[in-house]
Amino acid sequence: MAEEGGLVIDPMHQFQIVPLGGGDHIGLFTVTNQTLWLGIAVLVITLLLLVGTARRSIIPGRLQSIGELLYTFIHDMVEEVTGHDGAKFFPYLMVLFTFIVTSNLLGLIPGSFAPTSHIAVTAVLAAMVFLTVTLVGFYRKGLGFLGMFWVSSAPLVLRPVLALIELISYFVRPLSHSIRLGGNIMAGHAVMKVFAGFAGVMGVASVVPIAAIAAIYGLELLVAVVQAYVFTILTCVYLRDAVGEAHH
Amino acid sequence: MATTEAAAEAGHSAGMPQLNFETWPNQIFWLLVTLVIVWFVVAKIAMPRIGGVLAERKGTIGKDLAAAEELKAKAKAAEGAYTAALESARAEAAKIIAATKADIAKTLAAATAEADAKIEAKSAESEKRIAEIRAGAEAAVAEVARDTAGALVSALGGQADAGAIEAAVSARLKG
Amino acid sequence: MTGDLASLALMGKYIGAGLATMGLGGAGIGVGTIAGNFLAGALRNPSAASSQMANLFVGIAFAEALGIFSFLIALLLMFAV
Repeated sequence: MAEEGGLVIDPMHQFQIVPLGGGDHIGLFTVTNQTLWLGIAVLVITLLLLVGTARRSIIPGRLQSIGELLYTFIHDMVEEVTGHDGAKFFPYLMVLFTFIVTSNLLGLIPGSFAPTSHIAVTAVLAAMVFLTVTLVGFYRKGLGFLGMFWVSSAPLVLRPVLALIELISYFVRPLSHSIRLGGNIMAGHAVMKVFAGFAGVMGVASVVPIAAIAAIYGLELLVAVVQAYVFTILTCVYLRDAVGEAHH
Repeated sequence: MATTEAAAEAGHSAGMPQLNFETWPNQIFWLLVTLVIVWFVVAKIAMPRIGGVLAERKGTIGKDLAAAEELKAKAKAAEGAYTAALESARAEAAKIIAATKADIAKTLAAATAEADAKIEAKSAESEKRIAEIRAGAEAAVAEVARDTAGALVSALGGQADAGAIEAAVSARLKG
Repeated sequence: MTGDLASLALMGKYIGAGLATMGLGGAGIGVGTIAGNFLAGALRNPSAASSQMANLFVGIAFAEALGIFSFLIALLLMFAV
């Protein structure tokens, strides 16, 4: 790489987790840059949802409108996708969506850090969803939950094969669920970093990569929201398997 | 020192920081802490609050609609009352007008009758006077005629019989 | 000789990563098909479009997941192997 006139692009450097107090060792409780941005996300959520709604006015202010918009948006999603039985999971989905969308959007601030670009974070979120769906499914339906894998509408010969495929796809869910979110955010940030690397060495012509960064930034804003939406709605879809009538 | 740090950084950045499993326990720990706080903030405080506000607003809007409906009914009733009042006032006015008209007509009739009676009395008196005058005149004429007739008779050498002259004059006057 | 082997392995790694990214093209085709068909259906029956928004995103997410896997393979080849 070095022979191309100092073109050093290290798009992964931005995802480096470094302890804030200096040093190199990262223990369990070490406060890192990721911790900082998780904390900022908490602050923003608190500001948005607690301070904004503190007055509980019938005619909402701006912050309260955002909170209400979020509330009705997730509420309608849960009602529509999961059905009436899923209303119990509304707070859970609200927490998921609020947290993911906030960290995604905060990660787009230049120089910031996106916790959701880390597989560790998204894997925990997805594993929580997977565990919830599995436990709730067995709790609600008992062994009948396994009927989800036995596609009764298919010819009998095909059913074992389909069951195997369904089983695999069931266990792949948390993987795809987490990689989709983490991969999207990471890829978007990496692409911007790559273009930023181009801009550093192209002289006057660097207008082109800078314009590209601006365009991608807009796209990433969209992706940040859409991925949070997709993560939440997929959770709803998975939950429907567990609480609703099993159709695929 | 700077070189060792740079080297360490280079060593790290060669791979994906996401796949550096040394940092995973730390990440997961802080993520769980964050999620607990977010859960507390969102699910325990914010959501009941927003849900309450939304429910209250729904109630308020429903109540307001009911109140508006009631006010509308009231307005309609008020309009009806107003119309009725207007109608009765109009009728009253018509009645008053009619009464006044009748009054005026009565007064007028009375005045006319009085005037007529006065005129009648005056004309009767006048007629009476005229009749008197006429009677006076007739009597005077008869007197003159009697005197003249007497004088003529005596002038012609006759003996004037008062009774005959009287009868002749009155016969002549009648004819 | 060992250096040659190492650079050969590096070459294979990069070529493999490049090949793996081609899987994303498939995901692109899939997502395009879903979005295009959704649009075609939505233009025929616009009143039903908004009710199918959730299905649209779920379909896109499922189609995209497979592309994300090849992206993951590319990343693993580039940075982890």
